[in-house]
Amino acid sequence: MRSAIAGQVISQVVREWRTIARAPIDVANPLMFFFLGISLFAIGTGGEREGLAEIGPAVIWVLVLLANLLSLDTLFKRDHADGTLEQLLLLAQPVFVPVLGKVIVHWCFTGVMMTLLTPLSALVMNLTLDQTWILMLTLILGTPSLSLIGAIGAALTVGLRSGGVLLALVVLPLYLPVLIFGVSAAYLAGDGLAVTAQLYWLGAIAVLALTLAPFAVTQALAISVEQT
Amino acid sequence: MTIKELWHRLGSPRWFYQMMGPWGTGLGVAAALLLITGTLWGLIIAPPDYQQGNSFRIIYVHVPTALVCQSAYIMMGVAGFLFLVWRMKLADMVVKVTVPFGMVMTALGLFTGSVWGAPTWGTWWEWDARTTSMLVLLFLYFGLYALRQAIPRAESAGRACALLALVGVINIPIIKYSVDWWLTLHQPATFTLTEAPSMPAEMWLPLLVNVIGVYCLMGAVVISSLRTEILRRECNTSWVREELMGEPA
Repeated sequence: MRSAIAGQVISQVVREWRTIARAPIDVANPLMFFFLGISLFAIGTGGEREGLAEIGPAVIWVLVLLANLLSLDTLFKRDHADGTLEQLLLLAQPVFVPVLGKVIVHWCFTGVMMTLLTPLSALVMNLTLDQTWILMLTLILGTPSLSLIGAIGAALTVGLRSGGVLLALVVLPLYLPVLIFGVSAAYLAGDGLAVTAQLYWLGAIAVLALTLAPFAVTQALAISVEQT
Repeated sequence: MTIKELWHRLGSPRWFYQMMGPWGTGLGVAAALLLITGTLWGLIIAPPDYQQGNSFRIIYVHVPTALVCQSAYIMMGVAGFLFLVWRMKLADMVVKVTVPFGMVMTALGLFTGSVWGAPTWGTWWEWDARTTSMLVLLFLYFGLYALRQAIPRAESAGRACALLALVGVINIPIIKYSVDWWLTLHQPATFTLTEAPSMPAEMWLPLLVNVIGVYCLMGAVVISSLRTEILRRECNTSWVREELMGEPA
């Protein structure tokens, strides 16, 4: 039974992956926004190198949050528009299976991608090599929580006209702990201090989100589908 | 009446409407008396602080509002759980009517804190741990309010908000811990359940009166807005017509 569910999740991941690979612009847009936003900060502050290094980790993390938020808008939208979502909810398999598959793929195309882009943004923001490593580590640990928590908000707002801004209002306050631990780890690393506690916290939040969020997303999807 | 009976009775908005009228009034009167007593006592009779002088007196507004807005959110989370699991209509209405009250109280707590911070910390705003978590609480209330406004169907809006309130309640301790991570400028909590207060009695008694008063106020506001909400939702039923117009059903 257990392996059957794992198999279902994997086939869901493969399906999502193919869907996105066939329309890659949907995932490329948030990434371009991410890099554009960071550059805007660098340009807007006059490009002064010490100042950039000071705000760097915070700017990168905030842009990760925002790019993530923008990409969440499309997480369930297409499936909701063409009725696939309804069919997914009607399947005999537990609903968290497709949800988990979707979130995993979303994370691969946002969180992982932005982590991989971090050396580039760290260069723009004049961060040290140590800081860059720690930043990447916190991003890879923190972004799963962002995708999971964000999916709750995306599921709640999927059928609504005022989707975008509302999604930000609902989700951003819930992102706060991840932001704090991620940013503080990067700053501590900049001062040469230990960051294990922050990494443990980020890992713990990710595990908690992975445990609880799929069920909240399932509930939220049922509510959203019911109202249309 | 046993608890089980009460539980079943609470499923009926009509019963709640008819039973709770006197409770709402009673709590309202109690809140008015307590808040007037506590505030006058705190502002006029209580001795000034040996360090902060008279500026500490805003504690009599700040602490009660800051306490009640967190309790209101937790109450909303519990009500949201009740609504999601048992579909109890009344619980949904509790979630709905608590949001504006909690939002106002959080804003008041932040405002009074800022006013208090100006003379004692020397700044109107400081990104201190508890200030930050109160601000996030305000944002959580905003999110709930906006979500409710955005969903046209009342039933769906209720379930969506209940779910979001529940997610928020799980998040609040994590948010608190994460912002506590940054060293805090804030003085430790005035009241804890486990220790005797560090203030002299003539200073904390009026505070206690105001805290109880503001909780009575919450009860009164929630009950009276619940009764209005019940009338609005049940406006097509015969009992409401009978209640309001005196016509036989």
